[in-house]
Amino acid sequence: MTWLNPGGLPRRQSFQGWLFLLPLMIATIVVIVLPTLATVAFSLTDWSGFGEVTFIGLENFRQLATDASFLQSLKHAVIWTAIFLTVPIFMGLLGAVLLSEAGPLQTFFKLVYFIPVTLASVINAHIWRSLYDPFRGAGAVLEGLGIPFLADVAFLGEKNLALYAVAWVDVWRWWGFLVVVFLAALQAINPELYDSAKVDGASWWLEFRHVTLPGIRVTLLFVVLITIVGSLNVFDYVYILTQGGPAGATEVPVTLLYKSAFQKYEAGYAAAIGTTMSFLSGLVLVGYLLLQHMGWEE
Amino acid sequence: MTAGVNVGTARRKWNLRRTLLVYVPLVILAIVALGPVLVLLFNSLKTGREIVQDPLGLPDAPQLANYARAWRQGHFESTMRNSAILTAGSVLGVCIISGLAAYALGRLRVRGSRGVVTYLFLATTAPAPLYVIPLFFMWTRLGQINSLSGLIIIYWGVLSPFATLLLRSFLLSLPTELEDAGRVDGAGEIRVLLSIILPLSWPGFVVVGLITALGTWNEFFFANTFIHSQRLKPVTISLLSFQHQFSNDWELTSAASVIAVVPVVALFLVFQRRFIAGMTAGGLKG
Repeated sequence: MTWLNPGGLPRRQSFQGWLFLLPLMIATIVVIVLPTLATVAFSLTDWSGFGEVTFIGLENFRQLATDASFLQSLKHAVIWTAIFLTVPIFMGLLGAVLLSEAGPLQTFFKLVYFIPVTLASVINAHIWRSLYDPFRGAGAVLEGLGIPFLADVAFLGEKNLALYAVAWVDVWRWWGFLVVVFLAALQAINPELYDSAKVDGASWWLEFRHVTLPGIRVTLLFVVLITIVGSLNVFDYVYILTQGGPAGATEVPVTLLYKSAFQKYEAGYAAAIGTTMSFLSGLVLVGYLLLQHMGWEE
Repeated sequence: MTAGVNVGTARRKWNLRRTLLVYVPLVILAIVALGPVLVLLFNSLKTGREIVQDPLGLPDAPQLANYARAWRQGHFESTMRNSAILTAGSVLGVCIISGLAAYALGRLRVRGSRGVVTYLFLATTAPAPLYVIPLFFMWTRLGQINSLSGLIIIYWGVLSPFATLLLRSFLLSLPTELEDAGRVDGAGEIRVLLSIILPLSWPGFVVVGLITALGTWNEFFFANTFIHSQRLKPVTISLLSFQHQFSNDWELTSAASVIAVVPVVALFLVFQRRFIAGMTAGGLKG
C-alpha cells in the first residue's frame, strides 16, 4: 500500500504521531523519568527530604556497604528471589501441564487458581494472618485433630520462620498467575511435536525436557526476569504483615528504604538504597535483553 | 488426523490411572487456592466466640450483622467512593493516554517508534523504589499529597506504558484496509482514530480498562505513601488500619475484607476471559 503514502504523508504522520504520544511522554517523564534521575542525584547527597541538600559524593554508598541492616536485608532479598524462582514456578508449571490434560474442566480450575491473583494484598495478608495465628489458626485446628507439632507456632513472630511465612503469602497469590501464563504458552506449542515424541516412544520426562521446556522458554525467561526484579524490590506483603520484624528478621531493602525516607527522613540515604536496588535490577534486565538480542527467542 | 484424535480421547477417557494422576493434584491445588478464601468467607459469618472454638469450619448461623457493623465502622461509604473515583479516573486517563499512543505506535509511521517501545518496556519494569522518594517530595511541593487527583496522575504514569504496549500489539493484529480507505477519502488522523480504529479495537480497550481497574483498586504502595487522611483513603489502605484497630475482632475484619473483595471478584467472574487474556499478555509478548 505504499502508493497511498506518496511523499509528504509519512512526515505528516510522524509529526501527528508524536502529538499522539505527547500525553504518554509527559505522564511517564513526570512520574517516572525525572524522579528516577533525581533519585540517582540525591543518592549522592545528605538530604532529609526537606530543606538543605549537601553533596557528599559516594559517602551513602560507602555507608551502605558496611550497614549491617542493609546487608541483612539484601540477604533476605536473595532468599526471597530463590524462593520465588523455585516454588511458584514449580507450582505454575505443574498446574499448567496438568490443566493442559484436564479437558472440559480446564476453564473451571483456571478460574479457581486465578482468584487469589485478583485479591488485594491487604486482603490476602489478613487471610493468612488469621491462618497463621497460633491460637485461632490452622495450627490450633491441627492440634485439635491430634497433630500437635504446629500448635503454638507464631509463624510471623518467629525469627527463623517469619520471612518464609511472609513469602508463602506472596507465593500463594502469585502462582495462579503463572499457571495461566504457562498454560497459554503450552497451548502455543505445535501439537505435532508431541505426536512425534509419542511415536518415538518418549517418556513424559523426555517429552517435557525436549518439547515442553524448549516450547515455553521465551515465556519462562520473561517470568524469570519479572521474578528477580520483583523479588529484589519486594515490599507490600512484608510491610503489611511484619513491617520488617521481628527484630529485622523480614527486613528487605525496600522496607528499609521506606523507613529511611519517610520515618527517619534520611532521603539521601534512602535514594542510595533505591539506586542500588535499581542498579541490580538493571543488570538483570540487561542480561535479559542481551539474551533476547542474541536470538534466544528464535 | 480426526480419527487419531478420537482414538486418543477415547483411550484417555477410560484410563482411570491417568485421570487420577491429573485430577488429584489439580483438586489439591484448587484447595490450596480456594480454601483460605473460603475460611475468610466463613469467618466473616461467625460470631467471635465461634471463631475461637472452630477457626476453619462452617458458621452455625450466618451472622449477617457482621457486615452491617463492618460497613459502618470501616467507613466503607467514603472509602468505596474514594476507590471508585481513583479507579474511574485512572481507567479513563490510561485508556485515553495509551489509546492515543498505541495508535501512533501501531498505526502511524513515527520516527523513533522502536525506541519508544523499548522506553515503554523499561518504564513498565522500572521498580517503584527507584522513583518514589523524589516523587513524594515533588508531590509534597505541588500540594498533591492527600489528593485523589494527585494519585490518579501517578497511576497514569505508572500504568500507561504497559497499557500502551498491550493496545499496540492489539492494533497491529487488526487489518489496515478500512483506515487506508478512510484516508483516501480524506479523513484526518483524528477522524480515522475515532470513527474507524476505536470501533474495531474496543475489545482491546475493555482488556486495558479491566486490568487498569484491578490494578488501581488493589494498589497499595502508592496509595499508602500518598494518601494519609482517613477521609480520602481508598478501601485497601483504610482496611489495613481497620485491621490493626480491630485486630481481635476477626468476624469484623473478615466481613470488612469480604466487602472490599466483592466488587473485584464480581468484575473478575463476569469478564474472566478478558481479564486473564490481558493480564497474561505481558508474559507472552515480553
